[in-house]
Amino acid sequence: MSYTELYRDLVDLPGALLPIFHRIQERLGYVPEAALPEIAHQLNLSRAEVHGVMTFYHDFRSAPPGKTIVKICRAEACQAMGADALVEHAEQCLGTQMHSTSEDGSVTLEPTYCLGNCALSPAVMINGDLKGRVTHARFDALIAEAKGANQ
Amino acid sequence: MTRVYVPRDSAALSVGADHVAAAITREAAQRGARIELVRNGSRGMLWLETLVEVETPNGRVAYGPVNPEDVVSLFDADFLSGATHALSHGLTEKIPYLAKQERLTFARVGITDPLSLSDYLAYDGYKGLKNTLAMVPADVVQQVTDSGLRGRGGAAFPTGIKWKTVLGAQSAQKYIVCNADEGDSGTFADRMIMEDDPFVLIEGMTIAGVAVGATQGYIYLRSEYPYAFDVLNQAIAIAEQAQYLGENIQGSGKTFHLEVRLGAGAYICGEETALLESLEGKRGIVRFKPPIPALKGLFGLPTIVNNTISFASIPIIMDKGGAFYKNFGMGRSRGTLPFQLAGNLKQGGLVEKAFGLTLRELVEDFGGGSASGRSIRAVQVGGPLGAYVPPEQFDTPLDYESYVGISAMVGHGGIVAFDDTVDMAKMARYAMEFCAIESCGKCTPCRVGSTRGVEVVDKIIANDNRAANIELLRSLCDTMLNGSLCAMGGMAPFPVLSALNHFPEDFGINKKELAA
Repeated sequence: MSYTELYRDLVDLPGALLPIFHRIQERLGYVPEAALPEIAHQLNLSRAEVHGVMTFYHDFRSAPPGKTIVKICRAEACQAMGADALVEHAEQCLGTQMHSTSEDGSVTLEPTYCLGNCALSPAVMINGDLKGRVTHARFDALIAEAKGANQ
Repeated sequence: MTRVYVPRDSAALSVGADHVAAAITREAAQRGARIELVRNGSRGMLWLETLVEVETPNGRVAYGPVNPEDVVSLFDADFLSGATHALSHGLTEKIPYLAKQERLTFARVGITDPLSLSDYLAYDGYKGLKNTLAMVPADVVQQVTDSGLRGRGGAAFPTGIKWKTVLGAQSAQKYIVCNADEGDSGTFADRMIMEDDPFVLIEGMTIAGVAVGATQGYIYLRSEYPYAFDVLNQAIAIAEQAQYLGENIQGSGKTFHLEVRLGAGAYICGEETALLESLEGKRGIVRFKPPIPALKGLFGLPTIVNNTISFASIPIIMDKGGAFYKNFGMGRSRGTLPFQLAGNLKQGGLVEKAFGLTLRELVEDFGGGSASGRSIRAVQVGGPLGAYVPPEQFDTPLDYESYVGISAMVGHGGIVAFDDTVDMAKMARYAMEFCAIESCGKCTPCRVGSTRGVEVVDKIIANDNRAANIELLRSLCDTMLNGSLCAMGGMAPFPVLSALNHFPEDFGINKKELAA
């Protein structure tokens, strides 16, 4: 399959590489390795350059994520309100570690460093939706809700 | 028809503002009450979110924090006429948290519908641009210089000098770049401006473009802010439609195009040269300076890179004049700073005040003490590269120079409070760990030093040759401070050393030993 169709309109943008990665990940959930040589060709860059950019940024995934993507803020303001305990709780009840996807493919757990919701910490982002004042009980309810929406 | 306000700011949405809005609409329909629901920005009293306001002849009356299940009782109590209720706070403008502020940059935030251009114009919007279009560029830059505005991202470089350099640079193409990569924990002022008053940022950048002869602008926005991305794009489309952006702005013959670009989760891209690399589609690797971005910036051309709040402060300066703005503040820190109260505080939120107030006022008066009810032990000021300030230093006035005097920094105005359960050795370790995760890798002190830093702190915590390792940690911090290419490695030692100096007991040494 050709990936170029996903981003053809972006190729002529100045500094097109990040917008192209974002577009591919928005459509596919990740940036397949097979897309990189094509992008390099389209932008007249070396494969090494394209690979280097892709792997520099925390956002871009090289493998498909779970159906629900949970990002938990680990930065200071959330730590001050118990983010570390929330991470432990999440790992336990989701059955997966940070930076990985549960075995059944239902949830991917990722750390993030600040969601800009520092007055309502701890903060979490679930499938792109920001959540604040996330207690353990509220976390469980939000996960159940997100999984329900994915059924 | 009664006007009811429910914020659309993402902090409010994060605690259910959309559900509250839906419940109010539903209940009003059932009762046959005629209301106009406005989705305004947040007032910044975030502990009261979702904060619902009702317009009355005396002004707007506030209710909060409102949950969907409170809505029926609000209607029962006749909140539509501003009646009292357990969640009532009276007139919004009279709430001390808000009444005591000096809102210049945030003047409209929470009052208006963020995407209503007519609201923006009704509340003094685009007056600054109107004045700008009637002036010669050098006079515009002079106003900015006269205002005393310094870079609000944290580096505090005088904005007028930067603009003057770009104005004087000869180039057919110049760029205006907004640094909206607000990665510091404890900060959300940029996010609020972008979500709650996007036109003020657009106006500020347009003024910059007109002033220095740049026709293209970019907002480099962190990907963690998807709501801001949507609002900005909608606002840009509205501004283009109304000829406030694009060709021939308001018939002036001036051109300014604006585009939002998303970052991709790299903290280092908040450093201006790494940001430019990223905008060019490269890895966010810090550049050597010189050349400075004002002369060789984006794609090698003259570029103004300013923080979101710096640009958002320009319209009021160009509306009321540099002297008006300069009248606020103290010493060489002029104007106001939107402080962001975060972490373990009872009343977290946004407080815009002139420079010169103290951390004690912010944490105790505005913040109301800790959320946990325990005593506050440390406050990190200025993000993950800022120092931990102990209560003994809470009375130091918050201005750039005074904070440098106590080996701390005001930075972007983030205030993160910790109660007495905090382990400061753990926080020092985290500062090194964060630096290791986010270092761009170009210079050795930052790339290697941060990893070694984590290891050394671990040894100190484990009481492995503690005295020697504390000395080693200090030496390592010295190397990072003096040998790093940018502020990432160059300032990561601030939280580490401040934790060690103010809270030695957490590292297994007592203060007497330290003094000896």
